[in-house]
Order: sequence, then structure tokens, then C-alpha cells
Amino acid sequence: MSEALTELGNALAAGRSDAVLATEVTKTGELAVQVSPAALPDFVEFIKTESNARFSTLVDITAVDYPGRDKRFEVVYHFLSMYTNQRIRVKAAVHEDEVVPSITAVHPSANWFEREVFDMYGIMFSGHPDLRRLLTDYGFRGYPLRKDFPTTGYTELRYDEVEKRVVYEPVSLIQEYRQFDFMSPWEGAEYILPGDEKKEEAAK
Amino acid sequence: MMDGTFNDAQVGEQRIRNFNINFGPQHPAAHGVLRLVLELDGEVVERCDPHVGLLHRGTEKLMESRTYLQNLPYFDRLDYVAPMNQEHAWCLAIEKLTGVEVPRRASLIRVLFSEIGRILNHLMNVTTQAMDVGALTPPLWGFEEREKLMIFYERACGARLHAAYFRPGGVHQDLPQDLIDDIGTWATAFPAILKDIENLLTENRIFKQRNVDIAVVSEQEALDWGFSGVMVRGSGMAWDLRRSQPYECYDEMDFQIPVGTNGDCYDRYLCRMQEMLESIKIIHQCIDKLNAEGPGDVLARGKITPPKRAEMKTSMEALIHHFKLYTEGFHVPEGEVYACVEAPKGEFGVYLVSDGSNKPYKAKIRAPGYLHLAAMDHIAKGHQLADVAAIIGTLDIVFGEIDR
Repeated sequence: MSEALTELGNALAAGRSDAVLATEVTKTGELAVQVSPAALPDFVEFIKTESNARFSTLVDITAVDYPGRDKRFEVVYHFLSMYTNQRIRVKAAVHEDEVVPSITAVHPSANWFEREVFDMYGIMFSGHPDLRRLLTDYGFRGYPLRKDFPTTGYTELRYDEVEKRVVYEPVSLIQEYRQFDFMSPWEGAEYILPGDEKKEEAAK
Repeated sequence: MMDGTFNDAQVGEQRIRNFNINFGPQHPAAHGVLRLVLELDGEVVERCDPHVGLLHRGTEKLMESRTYLQNLPYFDRLDYVAPMNQEHAWCLAIEKLTGVEVPRRASLIRVLFSEIGRILNHLMNVTTQAMDVGALTPPLWGFEEREKLMIFYERACGARLHAAYFRPGGVHQDLPQDLIDDIGTWATAFPAILKDIENLLTENRIFKQRNVDIAVVSEQEALDWGFSGVMVRGSGMAWDLRRSQPYECYDEMDFQIPVGTNGDCYDRYLCRMQEMLESIKIIHQCIDKLNAEGPGDVLARGKITPPKRAEMKTSMEALIHHFKLYTEGFHVPEGEVYACVEAPKGEFGVYLVSDGSNKPYKAKIRAPGYLHLAAMDHIAKGHQLADVAAIIGTLDIVFGEIDR
């Protein structure tokens, strides 16, 4: 299975050598292809029509946020071929302010997925017919799935009995948001335990 | 009243505007909190803009700050009609990354409960879709059976809906023998009840008038819009992940994959009815295998599963392991994986990115209903307003999984 995938990966890389940056078969036996964002629609079209690939079903589009990287986001596409019974993962690394070409022309089903990625990460897609927010509230601000967005959000809403309408207010937590750190102190924690500061100094 | 200035010389000509209406979010046929903005030309739908997100709970964000095990119950709350099938995808993703092999008995139990989930879902879908087009009795009969199945859920894990029963490495607890026997008894009796429901619907004149040739999906459309599950099988493609990319022990089960020919609402109804009978076949096979193979462990004992209760009472290491597992949780090796199952509604997948810590770095839930609803504008265009309810029903939409 993995040899067939490696072969397929190489064939795709050879077919679009300008687009493909790297191919990999993961430990779990999945084919992952790294492509340059500008070449995405062309590459997606290519793997859709290429006779021994035929990845004609778009399974998923999402993004992953790596704040530490130069190219902050990774847009991840999953495709399925019902003809060859194989899957492929296509990844493209993009800058925070980079615009990704939309693949809605190739796969109409990308419409909502790209809207969701825009909604959650703020990545823009050029050529998308209707790039509105999808899952968040009307008038929502910020991009919730970015790592720097707090899980509690910034606003909360309630029905106001006096004003007879729903009002938005800044989040006020009665109790501090509890984020437990269960990591073993001797396994990976990088902080200094209270009381241990002197020990560090003594060692020097 | 006319909108805007209208000082055209041709007096007496009325300006005709399309009519916009809101369908939902409080409409009983909207199957939850769907808000459709419909543009109608008379009674014909010109444009259909679904507004989703009214049930958005930020599951994917929440999952990033919880351990792998704490994240499991979120999956019950996605498609709450068949909770265990969702957990299955999450467990498979973790097991793929950690390389854990599920014990044989646990695998059989998982398949057994996945099929119970499929029947739970199809009973709900078929009967409420019938209610959307005017039949009142099927849901009453269907929910009676659902009730029995929920009791099986409850007897297996203590909860009727939010099961948290499938765990990474197996299932939480073994099934008692009398539960297995009772499921067997129920599965023997169920086809007769299904037959009753079928008698009400299959040749029912009104039901056919409302469903035949409504929302026809061709093979190409199903591919273009990324459909899965019954939505592709109804259009004549025999695509089922249980068969084409078998997981668990589906490869040894003997079952058929029903396909439709026309790809309309009626064919999808027939597919679902037939799939329930196929599920019954799988349930019988699971029970036979469970009985024949006898007792065994239901969890792959190791780092990602808790130790046996008795062991905890005698072994210090087991006690520490138990404590660490339920506080810190287990660590999943770095990597990314996409795992999917054939949920009752279609392909339910999880894309998991792990950074080697005890929490997922990123988890994306790929729900089948999301793509089906995304195609709503395409499917509903040109249909009558009354058909919209039938279409929403046949798409099998549950907002838990679409809004996440």
C-alpha cells in the first residue's frame, strides 16, 4: 500500500514539478503533498483529472495555525478518489497576509469549507464567490481558531430584561479561567517551581 | 407599495419582486436551528441561502485545551442521533497515531454498537422525513424502537445519549451477557416492525408524490459536492467505507450495500430502509461471534488505557498510572492523521495534528451533513417551497455536527 502511494506521490510530483515542493508517506500510511499556494487550483485540477489519480471528491479543507513559523498558516486539503480508493492530503504554507487562490471553480464543495477557514483563521481566498463568515455570530470580530484567540472569547451576550433585547458585553469571568497544567514537572515543564529559584542560583 | 422611485412612462405596469422569506430557525421541519433565507418566485425557490452556526459551540477550539480523553465526550454532542459512531472516528485517529491494536472483543462490540447507531439514525431520519411530508404515525412507531435502542446504550455505558463508551484502545466496559442476549432478541423482532413502517410509507400515494423525483442528485453532482453515505448510494454508486476501506472487523462481516437508481428522495428512503436490515444482519453476526469467542479483554492495556480495577487495589504502579491517565492524560506521538468512519450520514472524519503533548494541537471534524447542507442551494433551486422540507429531511441534517 505505501509503495503504491509513494509511487503515486512521485508521479504527481513529476507531473507538476513546479507546484509540488515535497511528497511524503506518513507513518500511518497517508500520502501528503506540500505544494506552493499559488499553484493550488492548477494542482487540484491536475489530480482530479489525472487518469491514475482521479481525486474527484473533496473531503475537507482546514488550516492549522503555527504562530512560531514564518509562514504562519498551513492550509490543508483532503481528497478522496472513489475510483482508485485512495486518499491524499495537500498542504500549502501561507503567510498571515497572503491570499490563497480559491478552488471553488474545480470543486464547488470547497465553497463552505473556504468560508469556514476564512471565518476561523482569517485566511482570504481569491476568486471565492461569496466569502462571508459562516459559523460565528452575525457581526463577530476576530478569528477564533487562531492560537492567540482566547478560548473564552472577548464578548458575551445575554437578554436584557430592561432593554428588551440581547446585549453584548465584554467577557467577565467570576472565577479565573482554569487551565490546569498536568504535565509532570520532571518531564517537560520549563517553569521554575516556587521555592526552587534559590536552588538554581546555588548551582551557579 | 413600490420600492424606489418609479416614474416610467408605462403606467399601470407593476413591478414584480421576488419574495424573500425566512425558513427557520424555529421551523419544526428545519431539523434544529437551520435558518434558510429563501428567495421565492411565486412558490418556486430561486435561491436558498442557509445561515448556519446558531448551534456553534466552538468544539474544535475547546478541544485544543483539553486532553485526548476529555475530548472524547464532545463527539457524542456532534451528531447526537448516533453518538457512538462519532466517538469511533476519534478513537481510530488516536489509535492510528499511537499504533494501538484494539482487542478482538472490543472490536466486535464497537461494530455492534456502530450498527445500533446506524439504525438509531435511520429510524429517526426516515420517520421524521415522513412527518415533514405529512405522515404522523411513522415517527411514533419509530421512536418506540429508538427508545429500546437507547436502553441498550444505557445498559452498556450508563447514558442514553452521551455515551463516552468507545475509548482509545477499546471500549470502556465489557457487555454483560444478558444485554447481548437482549440485543439478539430485539434484532430478531425488529424486521417485522420495520415492515410495518414500510407498509405505511413505501407504497403510500402521498409519500410517493412528495418524494419521487424530488432533489434528484446525479452521480456527477454527488462527486462535485463531495457527498458521502446515502447521498451517493442513492445515486447509484456503491461507495461505503465499511466495504471499500474497511476498519475494525467490518471486512469479515457479510452484508450488502443497497444502492438507488434515480438519486431522488424516494430512492434514498429505500436505501435507508434496506440499510437498516443490513445492519440487523451485522448485529446478528457480531452477537454470534461474541458468543462463540467468549470473554476477553475489552481494552488494550497499556499507556493510553486505565488499568483493571482489581489491579489498582493491589499495585502501586497501577494506581499511579490510573491517576496520571485521568489527570495528565496520555501523550500521543507527534504527527498528523486523518481517520474516518462510515457514520450513518456519510463519511465522518477527524483530522488530528499532534505535537506530542497530552492535548491535540489541532483537531478538525469533518461532518458529512456539512457538505450536504452546503449543496442545499444547488439542490433546492427550482423546487417548490413545500419541497424544501422534504429536501432538508432527505439530506439528513443534524446541527450538532454541522455547526460543531
